[in-house]
Amino acid sequence: MKKYITKRLLEIIPVLFIITFVVFVLMYHAGDPVAMMLPDEASQEDRENMREALGLNDPFIVQYGNFLKDISTGNFGESIRYNTQALPLVIERLPASFELAGVAMLVAILISIPLGIWSANKRNTVTDLFITGGSVLGKAMPNFWLGIMLILILAVNVQIFPVSGRGTLVHLVLPAITLGTSIAAEMTRLVRSSMLDTLGQDYIRTASSKGVPYFKVVVSHAFRNTLIPVITITTLQLSIVVSGSIITESVFQWPGLGLLLVQAVNARDMAVVQAAVFIIAILVIVVNLITDLIYVLIDPRIKYS
Amino acid sequence: MSEAAANLEQKEKKSSSSISNLSIFVKLLLKSKTGMLGLIILLIATFVAIFADLLAPYDPVEPHLSYILTPPAWQEGGTSQFILGTDNLGRDVLSRLIFGTRVSLIVGVLSVVVAGAIGLFFGVISGYFGRWVDQVMMRIVDAFLSIPSILFIMVILTVFSPSLWMLIIVIGLTTWVNYARIIRGEVLSLKEREFVKASQTIGTSHWIIIWRNLIPNVMSTFIVISTLSVATTIILEASLSFLGLGIQPPDISWGGMLNDGRDYLATHWWMGTFPGIAITVTVLGIIFLGDWLRDVLDPRL
Repeated sequence: MKKYITKRLLEIIPVLFIITFVVFVLMYHAGDPVAMMLPDEASQEDRENMREALGLNDPFIVQYGNFLKDISTGNFGESIRYNTQALPLVIERLPASFELAGVAMLVAILISIPLGIWSANKRNTVTDLFITGGSVLGKAMPNFWLGIMLILILAVNVQIFPVSGRGTLVHLVLPAITLGTSIAAEMTRLVRSSMLDTLGQDYIRTASSKGVPYFKVVVSHAFRNTLIPVITITTLQLSIVVSGSIITESVFQWPGLGLLLVQAVNARDMAVVQAAVFIIAILVIVVNLITDLIYVLIDPRIKYS
Repeated sequence: MSEAAANLEQKEKKSSSSISNLSIFVKLLLKSKTGMLGLIILLIATFVAIFADLLAPYDPVEPHLSYILTPPAWQEGGTSQFILGTDNLGRDVLSRLIFGTRVSLIVGVLSVVVAGAIGLFFGVISGYFGRWVDQVMMRIVDAFLSIPSILFIMVILTVFSPSLWMLIIVIGLTTWVNYARIIRGEVLSLKEREFVKASQTIGTSHWIIIWRNLIPNVMSTFIVISTLSVATTIILEASLSFLGLGIQPPDISWGGMLNDGRDYLATHWWMGTFPGIAITVTVLGIIFLGDWLRDVLDPRL
């Protein structure tokens, strides 16, 4: 186990290397920051001095080293929009994003697990057709459009929920449904196929044939084993959660990390973009690692060396 | 029999077998209702995209200043001149929808071509050569897989200003890992099969084995992933354009239409509803076609 964790931690290094490298190469080609920092009337000599002072005349590899040193101390530079350090700006948006993503995940689980199990048990009936059809439709519908339609119907025509913003629980309903259903669409299908796999196993047939009531077979025998793949599935949804959050937060002006990132990209605020991307990437890596460990704990058949 | 005649006969056999394959294919397609529906939707969308100039009633960027925010024809205040109404600049919504089909399909298909080419190359090389080549390549794939591709896309779009071609390249460069991973898995099992071993034994070069033995055999998997990827790419393009990071005006895309009229969406339902329906129906068609192809070509996926 210890060996496995060490191995997984070591595997994070190339991932971080690739992200930092991609970001750095892009910035290196992004253009001359000196032109933005100095007034137009600055002389050629001033520009040259500034470049020297910022280390922009150093070779590529030295600049990359400095860049790594800076970000390892949390220094991503100053935001051109807020004129403050980028990292605290990103950190202060985290609670809002966690709140939305967490509730949306809960919505997704509450929708997809019962529906997935139900449709697997009613395989090839009208119920199954409706549930699988619904999940395909959910996949085909862009979630930002679902958000817009929800606003149109439930916030403008019938004024039940606020159009945007964060504050009370009521503010959370529409964004959580928007993000939650887009996660549930894929999850329902996966829960269904996982349940179908389990239902085909010998021990399920044994339980049924010795007279255990069907409901009990499903709930106490099949359900637990269906859960194992569901946990992996949940991790696989992580990139849907991230991209979905970015879009949902923009639709509802939810003051989270995703909205900050979109605004920073539109304003070409490089420091904030970098800080946000690094923080999200690290979060994704950590969540992946944790689910892998939970996986070992709940399924004793899996052994890691 | 001379060698040429034998060759000719072989060719004939090949073509007749591909014709019978095709007829089996068509028969299977006719049997699947959703597959057929998907194909019809896709054919209509392609037709609309190609003949957009002839089909659109108006120039999609021309503002009709006296008809700003006209509702659809069947609603009160609507006029039969603008069947689906006009937007906040008085542009015909139907014409814009028709032209938007072009961008969606072009970005959807071409990004998949870029991603597919990179992923196929990566997957085949990694799977076939194995050992350290595989180790290094799969580390790179893992790194890309662990980071949601939208993050890379956003970083790239901060530095380079978005345009149609930029978007195709960026989406292609960030979504190829899925192909690489699945194709590698296929190649790993294919390379242990007799026909590959036999080729190796008689000294066929690696590249010829890859070209003649491996690539044709991963094609069915490749076609299935590609089709389903077109669907996700269309949604990705629409989302980016909606965020203002994708197609820029005056170019028209469905996601862009939703971004253009963002402030009017809640009060003028026709501006937001129709582009969304267009995206959903097109993507649904592609998913239906992709699922059907998967059932026919590759039941394992």
